[in-house]
Amino acid sequence: MCLGIPGEVVRLDAERPGMATVNVGGARREVNVMLVEEDRVGPGDWVLIHVGFALAKIDEEEARLTLSHLEEMGQAYRDELRAIAESRID
Amino acid sequence: MTAAGMRFVDEFRDREKARGVAAQIAKLCEPGRHYGLMEICGGHTHTIYKHGIEDYLPEAVQLVHGPGCPVCVIPMGRVDDAIWIAEQEGVTMTSFGDLLRVPGSRGSFLDAKARGCDIRMVYSPLDSLRIARDNPDRQVVFMAIGFETTTPSTAMTVLRAAAEGLENFSVFCNHVTIIPALQAILASPDLHIDGFIGPGHVSTVIGCEPYRFIAEERGRPFVVAGFEPLDILQSIQMLLLQLHEGRSEVENQYTRVVPWEGNQKALQAIDEVMEPRPTFEWRGLGWIPDSAMRLRERYARFDAERIFQVPATRVADPPACQCGEVLRGMIKPWECRVFGTACTPETPIGTCMVSSEGACAAYYNFGRFSRQRVRQASSA
Repeated sequence: MCLGIPGEVVRLDAERPGMATVNVGGARREVNVMLVEEDRVGPGDWVLIHVGFALAKIDEEEARLTLSHLEEMGQAYRDELRAIAESRID
Repeated sequence: MTAAGMRFVDEFRDREKARGVAAQIAKLCEPGRHYGLMEICGGHTHTIYKHGIEDYLPEAVQLVHGPGCPVCVIPMGRVDDAIWIAEQEGVTMTSFGDLLRVPGSRGSFLDAKARGCDIRMVYSPLDSLRIARDNPDRQVVFMAIGFETTTPSTAMTVLRAAAEGLENFSVFCNHVTIIPALQAILASPDLHIDGFIGPGHVSTVIGCEPYRFIAEERGRPFVVAGFEPLDILQSIQMLLLQLHEGRSEVENQYTRVVPWEGNQKALQAIDEVMEPRPTFEWRGLGWIPDSAMRLRERYARFDAERIFQVPATRVADPPACQCGEVLRGMIKPWECRVFGTACTPETPIGTCMVSSEGACAAYYNFGRFSRQRVRQASSA
């Protein structure tokens, strides 16, 4: 719950404003991007996601760094990824 | 990963670099002076023990673990209230996975689930909303916990529920705020803190400005820090440099992610939906004024506390458990009388052992306590 997980925006959802398809840990998930709208997030941008909401736009290097940090966390990160995989946000 | 990406990662893990910063930290320590630095965030506690940050620090620098693990500070009474709601006819309780094993006085969510309550783990409050939409005959309640990192998500979800006109979704709001907790810690007479390693993710939302009173009025340097080992060491160096130069300011080491002004849209969403409670109970810290959020009157129809008239249970922490002293930095986790014996991550008595970011679980999982014991024994 406390982990901020980086994801790469694949596309903004034209039919549902404020939602985007994001690549998170190799899987495509729906993420709410309303809170980073002012950063003009678009395809190819990286965002830091907390419980289904992008809270900050980050650059790719920071995303890689955060991902390697998360991978080292082991079980806590695996649990979070599993929770994301089971999540169906729309 | 790209070569550039790898280099960047290496840079933050480079032991030589870490030793270089550690040497500067040692140089900044004045002879005979001791430095108590509190890392507020559970994520930082995790990094500190995972990477053995204390091994890089001189004896004069002591890290004190703060209350920034939301699972750890939730009082038993609120868990009991949540289970009481889950026991009501037609209720589906939803919660983050982190919370499932947190013990209340009548057991945890998992125990209640085994007794037949409909309790489901969700990743996001938006999942709870979907469950509500898919199950119009159920009252779906989201057990909301967390600091300002998760509060905006709950607020945005309530706004969405309102826009959709959902009538079977509500929030049992347990969101807490970091600033009043820090005020309570600073008011504690027996605690020696010279500076703070500030929380990274919470500051993404609230920014750096709210910490100014700590630096300017309470005279404690404050450095918002990232989660890499080198981030933490650099933050400690920045704190010691301030202390050495007699400065007391708020600085941002984690500019890669944290904007000074925070996330204004997130703050607006919180302010639209929620207001501070007059007071809220924290495990180990007791009752702290204005330290938690509740739904505003205009969103009362999404407020589980009003819909279900919860009993507002008050439960004292188990007498054997010393989570309170751990959360206030009074004792190290392994100094608790049940640490590693009656209380383990598999069978936690206290909340600090439940969450992977809890100080006790971090000590337990990474075995850092052995060194502390040696240190303690040699100084005794």
